[in-house]
Amino acid sequence: MALLEVEGLSKSFRGLRAVADVSFTVEEQGIVALIGPNGAGKTTCFNLIAGAMRPDAGTVRLSGADITGLRADRVCDAGIGRTFQLVKPFQDLTVLENVTVGALHKSATVAAAKRDAARFLDLMELSDKLHMHAANLTLPDRKRLEVARALATAPKLLLLDEVMAGLRPTETDRMVAALKRLVAETGLTILLIEHVMRAVMALSHHVIVLHHGEKISEGTPEHVTQDPAVLECYLGEGAI
Amino acid sequence: MSDLTASGRAALIAFAALLLVLPWVVSSYVLSVAVICLYLAYVGQAWNLMLGFAGLLSIGHALFVGLGAYASGYLFAKYDVPPAIGIVAAVAIAMLMGAVIGYLGFRFAIGGVYFALLTIAFAEFVRILLEHAKFLGGTQGLFLPVSQESRRGVDLINLRGWPEMYYYVILALCLGAFVLCRALLESRVGYYWRAIRDNPEAAAAVGVDIFRFRMYAVVLSAGMTGAAGVFRAFYDNLLFPDQVLNIEKSIEITLAPIVGGVGTLFGPIFGAFVLTPLSELLTDVVEGLKDLGIIAKNVKTDGAKLLFWGLAVVLIVLFKPTGLWPWVCRRLGLVKAPGARS
Ligand SMILES: Nc1ncnc2c1ncn2[C@@H]1O[C@H](COP(=O)(O)OP(=O)(O)O)[C@@H](O)[C@H]1O
Ligand SMILES: [Mg+2]
Repeated sequence: MALLEVEGLSKSFRGLRAVADVSFTVEEQGIVALIGPNGAGKTTCFNLIAGAMRPDAGTVRLSGADITGLRADRVCDAGIGRTFQLVKPFQDLTVLENVTVGALHKSATVAAAKRDAARFLDLMELSDKLHMHAANLTLPDRKRLEVARALATAPKLLLLDEVMAGLRPTETDRMVAALKRLVAETGLTILLIEHVMRAVMALSHHVIVLHHGEKISEGTPEHVTQDPAVLECYLGEGAI
Repeated sequence: MSDLTASGRAALIAFAALLLVLPWVVSSYVLSVAVICLYLAYVGQAWNLMLGFAGLLSIGHALFVGLGAYASGYLFAKYDVPPAIGIVAAVAIAMLMGAVIGYLGFRFAIGGVYFALLTIAFAEFVRILLEHAKFLGGTQGLFLPVSQESRRGVDLINLRGWPEMYYYVILALCLGAFVLCRALLESRVGYYWRAIRDNPEAAAAVGVDIFRFRMYAVVLSAGMTGAAGVFRAFYDNLLFPDQVLNIEKSIEITLAPIVGGVGTLFGPIFGAFVLTPLSELLTDVVEGLKDLGIIAKNVKTDGAKLLFWGLAVVLIVLFKPTGLWPWVCRRLGLVKAPGARS
């Protein structure tokens, strides 16, 4: 059984079909990429899976259990962690406190949560900024904070929404390495939205392509990048 | 107090010592002002738990004072139930009311300003109910029996005794609230509250049940404020709906934490000790001017206090929006650099 099964997922905003009848599965342990031009419906997909929005139609299953339309905190309980493309740090808390909130999801005590939080912050290379207020971080650091906070909830499935935007190539490589190590060591599964093709190629073994809310292609990175439908949608946008 | 610097610790000890010996070194008038300071510090702490910790604005907090005061006062006046027992009913009723307001507000996603309006609406509603409740005295007021001899001695069960006793009672309440809030901030619930305050959506994404923890904040704050009502009832011995829970009283409760620093532990205390004496001084000056004939005797000057409050809030919002306490802390170096929230 696949870890995540999405079937016929749809969502419209005032007539605009942001996600239209999208189906895909994510197998356990590995990294799957969700790509597509701006406005393709990727973030909306995440919001529907993570319970931030209710789908108009379709189902979401995690390890076979139906989690469609559950509240966001229940989805987290079920084992899905997520980051926000438009970062949402707890502004007045320190970096350590931000991640501690996430770690409290699994830790019995605040002290234990702080220890866990420090570990994930180390992984995301934020160890030297533990006591800074989140409001004072640079954007790339806030993205790292998002990842650390989501990781701290010890999810089975982690949804990452453009967390490498703004990172330098060397930093991207380090984040890629850290994520790969996590997957190998902890059996974590990652579904990530990414524009940085370098990261997509290096990380994922499977790629899903959305365009105008619809899934237009999926397969290995090599397959997808040669798919005429994909090339057309990207070249049409003048991108890639 | 691990985050205090040496001078911070010294200041804290000096302040604590001053509070402990105060009744022995000041006049009865100053003592009565100190009681008001501590009372406002206490209810400010309770109110701050909602706005400062959990991000929930209440402008109807006098409601909980009123419920606590009327519950314990009525039980005492009618059935001789001592406040030591009446406080249980007082706190329970206040918590229940908090739960009702919280449920309505959070279930139906009435957020921000609209939640604040909901708290005002309930406070006004209960005030009008009380004015029409004959068995509670209505607009005639509810009187708590008090004899001359009961104004001496120390009877904590019946909350009767020397003025000094009341001072120490409210001081103990203040200390209790401070210790409780501090412990809460350091615990899971405190982390969750602040997360919800800063970003509810992100809090939910890391598994925080927003509804539940917001309910905890309202119910706890209401209960603490209800206990203050018991003190009010037995300190004043007469209760009028219009005086105990009018909107002016609700606003008064918000002032000390706003001036001192919303979300800080010392802010409500600091704010109360800055504002109350100034407010008293103002009243004295106005009275003095009347005595001297500079202001005509028949001029109504009730508004002077409100004007002062308004001015204080405007100045704070303009110049020190995070409150005086964090600024004083930094200026005097009372707290170590990181984690300036204390
Ligand atoms: N909350 C919303 N309300 C209205 N329209 C939205 C909302 N969220 C997304 N959209 C629209 O849905 C489409 C898909 O957006 P999104 O999922 O953010 O795309 P992507 O993440 O692939 O760039 C866009 O046209 C966007 O404007
Ligand atoms: Mg997006």
